[in-house]
Amino acid sequence: MSRPPRVDALVVGAGPAGMAAALRLRHAGLSVRVVDDAPAPGGQIWRAAEANAARAGTLGADYARGIGVAERFRACGADYRPGIELWRLDPGWQAHVKQDGALGRIDAGAVVLATGALERPVPFPGWTLPGVVTVGGAQTLLKAAGQVPTGPVWIAGSGPLVLLYAAQILALGGAIAGWLDTAPAGNRAAAALAGLRRPRALSRHAGDLMKGLGWRLKLALARVPVISVRAVAAEGEGRIAAVRFVTQAGREERRPAQLLLVHEGVVPNIHATLALDCVHDWCPDQECFAPRLDAFRMTSRDGLFVAGDGGGILGARGAAWSGTLAALGVLARGGHLSPAAAAQEAGPLRRRLASEAGFRAFLDALYRPRRDVLAPSGETLVCRCEEVSADAVRRAAALPGAGPNQIKAFTRTGMGPCQGRQCAATLARLVAEVQGRSMESVGCLTIRPPLKPVTVGELAQAAEQHI
Amino acid sequence: MFRTLPDLPGAAVRILIDGADVAAREGEPLAAVLLRTAPFTARTTPVTGAPRGPYCLIGACFDCLVVVDGVPSRRACMVPVRAGLRVERQHGRREAAP
Repeated sequence: MSRPPRVDALVVGAGPAGMAAALRLRHAGLSVRVVDDAPAPGGQIWRAAEANAARAGTLGADYARGIGVAERFRACGADYRPGIELWRLDPGWQAHVKQDGALGRIDAGAVVLATGALERPVPFPGWTLPGVVTVGGAQTLLKAAGQVPTGPVWIAGSGPLVLLYAAQILALGGAIAGWLDTAPAGNRAAAALAGLRRPRALSRHAGDLMKGLGWRLKLALARVPVISVRAVAAEGEGRIAAVRFVTQAGREERRPAQLLLVHEGVVPNIHATLALDCVHDWCPDQECFAPRLDAFRMTSRDGLFVAGDGGGILGARGAAWSGTLAALGVLARGGHLSPAAAAQEAGPLRRRLASEAGFRAFLDALYRPRRDVLAPSGETLVCRCEEVSADAVRRAAALPGAGPNQIKAFTRTGMGPCQGRQCAATLARLVAEVQGRSMESVGCLTIRPPLKPVTVGELAQAAEQHI
Repeated sequence: MFRTLPDLPGAAVRILIDGADVAAREGEPLAAVLLRTAPFTARTTPVTGAPRGPYCLIGACFDCLVVVDGVPSRRACMVPVRAGLRVERQHGRREAAP
C-alpha cells in the first residue's frame, strides 16, 4: 500500500468551528485536510444550507449565513472530504477513517476536533417508542429532507432550539398541538440572578433575547398551548399513540399524539477525547463532561485541539471564534506564528468568547433540565441499546466500589451499538447519586475505538492492503 | 407523521423498503423516508424485540439500523438515498457473515 497522506493539520468536522479553523490554517499556508461525516459542509446548525439556498429565508437569517461561510470554506484550498467518518485516532497523529466501506489513514502534524454537540439524552417513560424524535432530529429532517411533522405533534422540553424549531414549523404552515415546557419552576429566578451577575453580557446579547421573545410571540399568535409540566411519558403499542403529562399544578392529562419531539439542550460530543484519555472536567452549569483545554484550546494531549461545542457549549457564533482560536494554537505550536502574534490575534477572540460564555450562563440557568431527565428512576430505560432500566442501574450502583465500567460489565449498560452515547452521562449521574460521590470522582465510561462501526471484513481488507 | 414540502432539491427516485416500491429524493437521509413510510420503524431490538424508529437523526443513537443493499446495521440517518436502494428493516440480532 502507498504511504498514507500527510498533512500539516487535520480538521475533523465541517461545521462553523471546523470551517473557521480550516480557513485560518489555510490563510497561513498550511496543508489542511477536513473530513466530515455529512455529505455537505455546515455541521448540524447549517445542515444542507447550500442545497436550501432557495428557501433559506423561511429557515431564518442565522441559517442563511451558513451559505456564505460554506462558499468561503470551499474556496480556501483545504482538502475537504465529505462522507468520511473518523473511527480511530492515535497520538502522533494518525487518523483512521472510513468512507463507503473502505478504511484509510491520514497522518497529520496536529488535529483539530470540531465534532460539535449531541442532544442531551432525555430518558423518560416511553422515550424509545417509534414516533419519539429529538427536536434537533426533526430540524435535521426539515433541513436535509424538507420534512415537516403532521398529525398531533407535541413538543416536550426546553431550550432555544425548541422555540426556533417551533417558529420554523409554524412559518412553513405546520401545526403544533402543544408545547410541554419542562423547565423547572425555579429556573427563571436562577436565570434572573445569573443575568444580574453579568448585566453587560446580557445587554450585549439584547438581539438574541429579542429573537427568543419573537419566537415565543409567534407561538402565542399561532395559539400553541404552552403547558408547564413536571413529568412526561409516551404511550403506545409499537409506536406512540398518546402523551401523558403532569402539570406543575399536579394535574394529570393524556392527549393523542403521532409525534413527540423532545429536547433538553445539547452536550459536547466527547467520544474521541475520551478514547484518547484526555483530561475531562465536569461542568456543573451545563450538566456535562468536557475536555480540559488550554488558552488555545489544546487538550491535555500535545497537538490535539478542540474547536466548537465539543469543548463546552457556546453555540454557533462562539464555535467559529473558537475554531479560529484553535487554528492560532496549531500555528503557534508549529512555529508558523510567533507567540506574540498569536497572543495578539487571540485577544479579541477570547474577549468575544468570554462575552458569549456570560450569555450562555444565563441560558444554562434558564433551561437547566429537570432532575428526572438527569437521574431517572423506576422502569425508565437508561440504556436504549441494551434496554437497561434506571432501577437496574441503581441496584448495580449500590454494590460497593462499582464504577461506570463495572456497572457496564454487570448490566450491559453502555455495551450496545451506540457505545454509551445515549447513556454514559445518565450512568455516571446515577452512580454519583447512589454512592453520594461527585461527578468528577465517578467520571465517564471508558471509550475505546472503533468510534464508528467498522466490520471485521473491512479491517481484514485494510490489513491486507498494508502488506 | 411527516410530510415533505413542495419544490425540494434532489431528483425523484424509487427505492425498495422490505420489497415495497417507495418514492424518495436523491440525497435525502434514508431515515427521512422511513419516517414517511408506515409502520415508521427501522428495526426491532435484539434484547426484547421492541420496535424502534429513527430518534436522533445525527448518527448517535443507533436506533435506525437497517439492512442496506445487503449490509446490516447501517444507520439510516447517515445513508443518503440513491435510486434503487434495497432496504430491509432489521429484526433482532445480526449474525456474523460467513
